Amino acid sequence: MNKLIQNEMMKLIAKKRLVVIALIIGVLVVLFTYAQYKDVQRERDKLGTNDWRTILQQQIVDTTNRLSSSRLSDEWRQELQISLQQKQYYLDHDINPAEPGAPTFIRIFLENAIDLFIPLMVMVIASDIVSSEHSIGTVKLLLTRPVRRWKVLMSKYISLCLAISLIIAIAGLLSFLISGLVFGYKGWNAPIITGFHVTGSGLNTSDVKLLDLWKFLMMDFGLVWFVAIVVGTLAFMLSVLIRSTAAGMGVMLAALISGAILNNMVSSWESAKYFFMVNLRLTDYMQGNPPPIEGMTLSFSMMVLFVWWAASLAISFLVFTKKDVF
Amino acid sequence: MEKPITLAVKELRKVIGKREIIKELTFDLREGEVFGFLGPNGAGKTTTIRMLVGLIKPTSGTIEICGTNLKEDFQKALGNLGCIVENPELYPFLSGYNNLLHFARMLPNVGEERIKEVTELVGLTERIHDKVKTYSLGMRQRLGIAQALLGRPKVLILDEPTNGLDPSGIREMREFIRFLAEDEGLSVLVSSHLLSEIQLLCDRVAIIAKGLIIRTDTVERLLANREQVAWRLSPFEKGRDLLSSLTVIEETDNQTILTEFHEQKTPEWNRLLVEAGVSVLEMSRKMPVLEDLFLELTGGEAIE
Repeated sequence: MNKLIQNEMMKLIAKKRLVVIALIIGVLVVLFTYAQYKDVQRERDKLGTNDWRTILQQQIVDTTNRLSSSRLSDEWRQELQISLQQKQYYLDHDINPAEPGAPTFIRIFLENAIDLFIPLMVMVIASDIVSSEHSIGTVKLLLTRPVRRWKVLMSKYISLCLAISLIIAIAGLLSFLISGLVFGYKGWNAPIITGFHVTGSGLNTSDVKLLDLWKFLMMDFGLVWFVAIVVGTLAFMLSVLIRSTAAGMGVMLAALISGAILNNMVSSWESAKYFFMVNLRLTDYMQGNPPPIEGMTLSFSMMVLFVWWAASLAISFLVFTKKDVF
Repeated sequence: MEKPITLAVKELRKVIGKREIIKELTFDLREGEVFGFLGPNGAGKTTTIRMLVGLIKPTSGTIEICGTNLKEDFQKALGNLGCIVENPELYPFLSGYNNLLHFARMLPNVGEERIKEVTELVGLTERIHDKVKTYSLGMRQRLGIAQALLGRPKVLILDEPTNGLDPSGIREMREFIRFLAEDEGLSVLVSSHLLSEIQLLCDRVAIIAKGLIIRTDTVERLLANREQVAWRLSPFEKGRDLLSSLTVIEETDNQTILTEFHEQKTPEWNRLLVEAGVSVLEMSRKMPVLEDLFLELTGGEAIE
């Protein structure tokens, strides 16, 4: 099995797909960094230079004043306290909350890349990992070895998972290195608010807590990885089912884009929440953004994605081991 | 004594939808022989070959490679088999060496030494580290064979091995296949739609049309019944009339007469001609070509 995986990795590297993906990520991260930099600059111009400390101090005073009021609900009071802690941290550690360091940039980048950009990069590899063997014709050589078919497919799948992990590592590393050049590399321990629950009545903030940014990022990376594996597996299945790489990519792309569109319009169509593509924005749950359809939670979305993952993996193996190769 | 059977195919059938593509094929391959699989395009050659190498599952029937049933023990059966199905499609973005390494990794006990060995055998040592996309078709064909030989197979299956090669390439390939069968003792199954090809290359031939084997026999025996004698006579008319009174004749354009060949009768006709004062300018035995036989057997179905 190890040898088979070695084979797949050899082909993957020889095709230079990973290099292309790294280049794309690199270029885009430069773009995003510049955009972010412009944003920060505008903010600074608006507020006047370097008086963010004063503003932060003013906000802290405001919040403290509000906390002393007796008419506050407990929940609201708690939230204010947390926000106060966060602001105090920024002030103590000399971090401008409007001016992100590299870790904050990574977080923003991941949150925006999870439903389209990362899946797209994964697709570049997953879509042709099986169908290209058909289009070159090498599948005939691959399947006439004294190796069982499921092993051949398994080696491809494991290689795909390795490649996906690599892509995410590359994305993390490049966004860290490049954005750090502009924003600096500090801020790993900056606190970030998380733990929201969206319930029927609105945002439930009873479990809200502050988390170190690096811990938060680890969770973000985990979610992004999970989404990437699910999308990769779906593309992998299409690669098994559809001989043409272009057609497989087209189907997958259509599904992903429809997800982005559906997110904005399905709030009243409840059963749409079982589509995999509306469940991709897992990182939103961490931030407390409202989900596209009422009743969706992090665990619900992960379950839906898990079912899609399991089904497509099962179909891939069933079809690949049974199908006649002409 | 007959050599042991290396590939046994019994009552092989394949039905796709409602169409019966292959109807009961039965044949054997013996050690050290080159077996030809001859038929027009669409006769079922490629489908049969794909069943033999495990790409297509037969509807019924058994395939045994060196005594191992392909269906029951896929790994062991295919361990004794090397093949090229249609064109030798290898990874163009890898070097020849990496292609071989790739397929060697899929075989038990095949190391770098064996890769070097087969590379030398097919004469690719100099270019082996170049990318396959820079290879000529002949070189790809040779790399394909090297790949098929990696696992020291007992049975080699080649689908249209000379397809697309130039004449010198075809001859080279033919000599190489004969060498593999005669010196290395491999059984080689070759499919082709080219009659001349099969005739020069194979010991035995199965003629297949519409999913059925019409006849299996050695090349010599298939042709033996149809040997002819070509006569050039002077004076032509007198000789022709005399011969036609003795047997069935066939006249060709350049004043030559064809009759059947018969060990006893042919010298007798010769004597009668000479006695009648006809000079026999030339008398030559003509080996027939498979083409005629093929047309006869398949009822004139189109063939190249």
